[in-house]
Amino acid sequence: MGVKLLLDKAHVEGIRYYDVYRREGGYRSVEKALKMSPADIVEEVKKSGLRGRGGAGFPAGMKWSFIAKPEGVPRHLVCNADESEPGTFKDRYLMEFLPHLLIEGLIVASFALGSNATYIYIRGEYAWIPDILEQAINEAKANGWLGKNIQGSGFDCEIYVQRGAGAYICGEETALIESLEGKRGNPRIKPPFPAVKGVWDRPTVVNNVETLAAVVPVINMGGEEYSKIGVGKSTGTKLISACGNINKPGVYEIDMTISVEEFVYSDEYCGGIPNGKRLKACIPGGSSVPILPANLLFKTAKGEQRMMNYESLSDGGFATGSMMGSGGFIVLDEDQCVVKHTLTLARFYRHESCGQCSPCREGTGWMEKILKNIETGKGKMTDIDLLWDIQRKIEGNTICPLGDAAAWPVAAAIRHFRDEFEWHVNNPELCLTQNFGLAHYADAREVVA
Amino acid sequence: MEKTRLYWSFSNFQIFKFSNYTMSQFSEERLAKVKEIIARYPDGKQKSALLPVLHLAQEQFGWLSSETMDYVAGLLKIEPIEVYEVATFYSMYNLKPVGKYMFEVCQTGPCMVRGSEDIIEYIKQKLGIKVGETTPDGLFTLKTVECLGACGYAPMMQLGKHYREHLTKEKVDAIIEECRRNAAANN
Repeated sequence: MGVKLLLDKAHVEGIRYYDVYRREGGYRSVEKALKMSPADIVEEVKKSGLRGRGGAGFPAGMKWSFIAKPEGVPRHLVCNADESEPGTFKDRYLMEFLPHLLIEGLIVASFALGSNATYIYIRGEYAWIPDILEQAINEAKANGWLGKNIQGSGFDCEIYVQRGAGAYICGEETALIESLEGKRGNPRIKPPFPAVKGVWDRPTVVNNVETLAAVVPVINMGGEEYSKIGVGKSTGTKLISACGNINKPGVYEIDMTISVEEFVYSDEYCGGIPNGKRLKACIPGGSSVPILPANLLFKTAKGEQRMMNYESLSDGGFATGSMMGSGGFIVLDEDQCVVKHTLTLARFYRHESCGQCSPCREGTGWMEKILKNIETGKGKMTDIDLLWDIQRKIEGNTICPLGDAAAWPVAAAIRHFRDEFEWHVNNPELCLTQNFGLAHYADAREVVA
Repeated sequence: MEKTRLYWSFSNFQIFKFSNYTMSQFSEERLAKVKEIIARYPDGKQKSALLPVLHLAQEQFGWLSSETMDYVAGLLKIEPIEVYEVATFYSMYNLKPVGKYMFEVCQTGPCMVRGSEDIIEYIKQKLGIKVGETTPDGLFTLKTVECLGACGYAPMMQLGKHYREHLTKEKVDAIIEECRRNAAANN
């Protein structure tokens, strides 16, 4: 059993409500934080080594310390709950079952950053969750944790919930800010960064739901203690949402010291692959990160055991590694077609491109079309090189990272499964009814069956 | 531009057929809600209320006609074009009438590997419509959508405010029955 800091109370009955949450030790971090200076709180978060849990993994304390403090200009904290990365559903779990944990983290972070009006921007499809959050906010308010002069500290804070309306791109922080201002979710050119000019041109910090929830244990136990959990620069715990062909899909909290193999096969986590099938490939950090064939998933290119943490998952760079990303762990079994799966992701990015930058707007459409041809047996050998060429021209040539996110899955699929693409081209009829199989299952004997 | 105009006026005509409201006008209760939402933002930044207010409008009218959007523009004291550009950007706003019950089935990778294609095919057969169509009785619309963040509970769809997860053919049957029953009870 690994350490649990966020979900340790998730199964206490009624934890969604204030009385139970408080009885279980809730809001202690606010009591503690209000006695500290905002700068000291930022210092604790820095010491903890807590990294942004939304996908980029940027140190949270560092981000907080960048916020500009011009005289007389209000600052804002915005919680990014626009969870839309395919494979990722951890923030939803937190908000649905532990709403007070997020509210508690938001109050501490608002105090540290000096935000008197804090906004939770939640994806529009999670239409029932704002009610849960608003109820928690009202309960917190009724008990003096929000509103004017919180617990006699002189600090005022209100939290508002705003729903998006179906746009993946609004998970990008500047697009989220545009959307919060009532505009199309077109990402802004940086600099200026939100920490200087964010929502309504005011200094703004945008943090993921899980990052803000993790602030609670950081303050409760102290940054130093928190940083001792985990390994290296992967401190604390991480929520992983596991899905695809596994026996036990769901949200798991890991302390980043377990191996990928244990995560997939242990009964405590994914519980292995259904129907005795073998694992073909895995996307370990949400759809944008490179897909890995089984032989590179459990072991790095150097032959070391791959662990579930930021460094180990990206060991080998994109050539032989992947990324921790948002923690959306998608497992594909031997019956799945990598070309087809990549096609659904290409379609997703074409659908979600905001259309601002040509390489992304045009490139995502091209990639979908070409992949569709290959998948349905109408592809040519040159199409594979064309795909490679297009993804290369999108990556790094757009305002926001959606371009990279669209290019990486295609690049990785060709990099590791090029023979599967070629097989589709060479077997235009067979590929409609059959699958390429498990050519990349290199160390089948070493993996738990 | 001409084409767009024609389209909108046609859509406006449709409103008589699909909705009880012929005039886009919020109830007193909704107007109070709009006021409350605007108060969340700094003075002069009422445009920030646009997404939530469009949600309110869609809840009441079922879809966003140009008349509705103009009304929202007036409420927020912004130009109608500012509303149009937002309404056309976000996929949750319906720019034409939809059925009373909209099945929004996820088709992205994680749902695909758990069999969402079969579910979509089954709904098509069962309701006799293609993706994007509405049944002649105006009850059901089938739409395919991209990842809704329920990958661990796939296949799934959104129905109104809530998700229906772990879908099977039997569950789809039951959901369609439930909708028909509710529709009959409301009439």
